[in-house]
Amino acid sequence: MITYEDVTKIFGGGPDAVTALKDVSFEIEKGNLVIFLGPSGCGKTTLLRLTNRLLTLTRGSITVNGQDVMSADPVKLRQSMGYAIQQIGLFPNKTIADNISTVPRLLGWDKKRIQERVDELLSMVQLEPSAFRDRFPAELSGGQQQRIGVARCLAADPEILLMDEPFGAIDPINREEIQNEFLRLQRKLKKTIAFVTHDIHEAIKMGDKIAIFQDGKLVQYDEPETMLAQPKNHYIADFVGADRALKVLGLIHVEEVMDRNPPNVVKHDTMAGDALKFLEEKSFRHLVVLKRGKALGYVHPRQLKHESASVADLAVPYPVKVDADMALKDVMSFMLMHDMRVLAVMDGDGNFAGTVTYDQIQKRILEIYSGEDEKATEENPK
Amino acid sequence: MDVWNYMTNNAARCFALTLEHMWIVGIACSIAILIGVPIGVAITRNKNLANKVIGTANIFMTTPSIALFGIMMPLLSPFGHGLGEVPAIVALVLYSQLPIIRNTYVAIKNVPPELVDAGKGLGMSSWRRLREIEIPLAIPVIIAGLRTAAVMSIGIAAIAAYIGAGGLGVLIQQGIGRSYTPMILAGAILVSVLAIFVDAFMAGLEYLVTPKGIKVGRRMRHG
Repeated sequence: MITYEDVTKIFGGGPDAVTALKDVSFEIEKGNLVIFLGPSGCGKTTLLRLTNRLLTLTRGSITVNGQDVMSADPVKLRQSMGYAIQQIGLFPNKTIADNISTVPRLLGWDKKRIQERVDELLSMVQLEPSAFRDRFPAELSGGQQQRIGVARCLAADPEILLMDEPFGAIDPINREEIQNEFLRLQRKLKKTIAFVTHDIHEAIKMGDKIAIFQDGKLVQYDEPETMLAQPKNHYIADFVGADRALKVLGLIHVEEVMDRNPPNVVKHDTMAGDALKFLEEKSFRHLVVLKRGKALGYVHPRQLKHESASVADLAVPYPVKVDADMALKDVMSFMLMHDMRVLAVMDGDGNFAGTVTYDQIQKRILEIYSGEDEKATEENPK
Repeated sequence: MDVWNYMTNNAARCFALTLEHMWIVGIACSIAILIGVPIGVAITRNKNLANKVIGTANIFMTTPSIALFGIMMPLLSPFGHGLGEVPAIVALVLYSQLPIIRNTYVAIKNVPPELVDAGKGLGMSSWRRLREIEIPLAIPVIIAGLRTAAVMSIGIAAIAAYIGAGGLGVLIQQGIGRSYTPMILAGAILVSVLAIFVDAFMAGLEYLVTPKGIKVGRRMRHG
């Protein structure tokens, strides 16, 4: 756990003094990945560097697991936390193994333990130990180097990680991949992480919570969903973007909105005429055709007219498979691409689990955003 | 061909003077390294001091060599070393300070800041960073400074013959005195050849001390 209390950092003195952080207070809970977000110069990196005393506090206090950092020995303090930076900073004169084992060597681990740990970490970041151990950083691609940077920061298994745009230096495709890998690791390792970025997508994707900074002040500290749904002011609304409704769709999963017992279902052996009558009676426009618990496809009123076969023969298969933990963003995208307002949801065994509709998604978005307009006008009366 | 004849006829003397020359330069450079490298490293920790130290070394470097040898005489004569090898070596040490200190300073200052930051952030002490990162990365440039100092010293040491230090300068000095051109040329050629050899040797040393990871990086960049 990291606690920031009235953290203030002033660079320089006299008339040239620059206040980089002003009275910042919040707490990073154990096992959480907290994003420090904001444009350059907002103080996010300064706060990170204050945490391991690469910079010295002007006022306030930072406590890490109950210990005041200002009373700790800076070298020992830093050894107890992982540290990864955007430029990676692998030592070019050292092999990959020596780079990774920097902190264990500082801590005086014995050789065998270090070797084992290096191999374990290389496997953890998806690099073959025997192929990489003895190579030099210059022989690795940017993405591989970044992985080594992550491995190095995890080397001594610190409880706390400080990461300053750790995936900032690689191309978008590799970044996506390494973010996913890191999230998988984090789910297992449950480290307490302070993670600086200026990338809102990365923030929403990675963060358990997000702290947004502006001009050295903490403006909002919330979970990503809340941040997108209820931005505290126009600054944050602008920062999270005009497409924040779409971003919030990325955070909600099908299971939260799906209808598990939709009324518009028919069995596969229903005759077209009966199905049409059922549709017209209830004024449905979409009918899911089920056979032994599986969704065969769907039928529209138009298809049923003048037909005498069973619905099983007429059913159009769903163009995509939707499952309950899919993000609404992807579902929405399928709906737009295939011009469909209803999709069937399947469970893990491929059985029909319910439906998800355009209207449900929209209703959910409206729920989330209700009240936002009033709030925005309150804070910025025209 | 007179030069060649002179050298073959006086081979033993030429050889002895060359050894003496190497001896003076070798001792001077060794002392210069022992003083210059630690100073160069030390001043990377303090910018104000760095400017002062490099400024002082600059003054020594720009003093004409003949004048510096002249100054050494009255300064060292109270200790009984006004003439001979001692003032020559002291002067050469002073001359060598600038390339050595400056290269050491610049080399360490040029270690990429993110490496220093990473080292610091991971919990390396200042001394540890110096030993494991800064010096290994700086050493090729430090050796390049030594190379400049050594080659320069070989040339300057020739003038030290005028204060009785011996070395190949003796051939030149006596040649001038006797207006005997082959002797002057013999001295000049031997000084040049010595300088070329030492330069090549130091180039090899520069390559040898470059960390393997850096060489690998260079090869990768140049295909």
